[in-house]
Amino acid sequence: MSEIQDYPSSLRDPASRKFETFSYLPAMTAEQIRSQVEYIVAKGWNPGIEHTEPENAMDNYWYMWKLPMFGESDVDAIIRECQACHNAHPQNHVRLLGFDNYAQSAGASMVIYRGAAV
Amino acid sequence: MSSTKTYDAGVKDYRETYWMPDYEPSATDLLACFKITPQPGVPREEAAAAVAAESSTGTWTTVWTDLLTDLDHYKGRAYSIEDVPGDDSCFYAFIAYPIDLFEEGSVVNVFTSLVGNVFGFKAIRALRLEDVKFPIAYVMTCNGPPNGIQVERDKMNKYGRPLLGCTIKPKLGLSAKNYGRAVYECLRGGLDFTKDDENVNSQPFMRWNHRFDFVMEAIHKAEQETGERKGHYLNVTAPTPQEMFKRAEYARQLGAPIIMHDYITGGFCANTGLAQWCQENGMLLHIHRAMHAVLDRNPHHGIHFRVLVKILRLSGGDHLHTGTVVGKLEGDREATLGWIDLLRESYIEEDRSRGIFFDQDWGHMPGVFAVASGGIHVWHMPALVSIFGDDAVLQFGGGTLGHPWGNAAGAAANRVALEACVAARNQGRELEKEGKDILNEAAKSSSELKAAMETWKEIKFEFDTVDKLDVAHR
Repeated sequence: MSEIQDYPSSLRDPASRKFETFSYLPAMTAEQIRSQVEYIVAKGWNPGIEHTEPENAMDNYWYMWKLPMFGESDVDAIIRECQACHNAHPQNHVRLLGFDNYAQSAGASMVIYRGAAV
Repeated sequence: MSSTKTYDAGVKDYRETYWMPDYEPSATDLLACFKITPQPGVPREEAAAAVAAESSTGTWTTVWTDLLTDLDHYKGRAYSIEDVPGDDSCFYAFIAYPIDLFEEGSVVNVFTSLVGNVFGFKAIRALRLEDVKFPIAYVMTCNGPPNGIQVERDKMNKYGRPLLGCTIKPKLGLSAKNYGRAVYECLRGGLDFTKDDENVNSQPFMRWNHRFDFVMEAIHKAEQETGERKGHYLNVTAPTPQEMFKRAEYARQLGAPIIMHDYITGGFCANTGLAQWCQENGMLLHIHRAMHAVLDRNPHHGIHFRVLVKILRLSGGDHLHTGTVVGKLEGDREATLGWIDLLRESYIEEDRSRGIFFDQDWGHMPGVFAVASGGIHVWHMPALVSIFGDDAVLQFGGGTLGHPWGNAAGAAANRVALEACVAARNQGRELEKEGKDILNEAAKSSSELKAAMETWKEIKFEFDTVDKLDVAHR
């Protein structure tokens, strides 16, 4: 068995801050983002994009990027909006949501562009 | 109508009154399916009628006060009998009860009737309540889950994945401060919840209020450190309802998001009251099921777990332990999938292949998270995500705390494994076939997961299930 490793996490180190689903995995590649968009579309959920300063990531309400894309099933169009939000707010977390209007909840929610740790 | 009847003292066969094979159950009837093992020589119809009688209006002899009421309206009716596939020693009896027999919103009252005296009745060798259909008219009188799955997701900010928990061990004997340490380490490592074990109440080594205080500091610090919302199921199961509410109230004052209750040992009355309190106070409620196997494990006698699931959904709770299918505790896969649906879905159709005997309509009653806990570790993660889907809490006790580098590393290992499995599922990969590859890929970026996979790779629980679904084997 390998040597015991310390668990590196502290209040002082901003890199310890997580942001819920998939934040314990490496940042997504463009290809991985595409496959998650395809999942949301295949589920029939309405895609939505939100962003926030990383220090406010625990809030319920992030800034909505335009409006949820109701009924949008064009994967490329959704990815273009994600990139547009990221380009406009390069320091912010950008999260992709899939709104499930039957459950009245987000069926999916994940940060696809990670802001700078603060 | 009843004026034409006369009083005829003595004992008569139950089937004269309670066996009604032509009866068509009404939409408001409460229906029950019993598995009856009669004493030798007792005909099926008589045994079924006896169960209908003893679980509703009847007693062993005719009494004159029977004639003061309209017993034909109030009586339970045995309306159908079926063979049990693969077992000639017993049969299924279907019984319809008029809704008027039951107090509104009271699972206490319903089950005092249905499984009261009748289970000790001499004419039957053994008796098992397999399923109960609650008519929507009765469901609407019950308060149900205090919050439900969607509200909990919003309050805890957890979307698109199962939640992750851990029961703190050793079960008994830790001081409050050491206990809080174990909680803190789990939460900072990436778990959403930790849990009091069911028998952690308020023993001399750790009084409840000390535990609550230390655990809340652990939650607050882990939240600040990780930027994620966290909780710990503070067990408020107590000797008396007054004491239970006192502990719940203190948890609320401390800002705890979730408390916990044992609904069978604590009792349905206490549980229903606590669930209503939770709804009024915006508190999530985790439900443990200690003592359930005493009732539900014997295939010929007792109450099937799917019935206990329905009791809990009506009485109220936001989480319920359901078994894992893959871990150390009993649970047939198809049957488990059946009762998971009964917990979470709004309408469940009869499906004998999953042990469901009746359609069940829950109307707008919120759903309950299924909790998978007991003998599971990272290697089980692909199967667990596949079996349970997103609306579940996966709880790794030993599978977190037993990590060679400690709780935080164990928590991180489970969190990475969980997220890797969910991401892979979303990408269309088959988790139960490709699980090993998915975990190996994820371990490349997580030394914690790699160490966990090395620690637990050989452990399996491969005993056969005792309580199987009834299927023909000949």
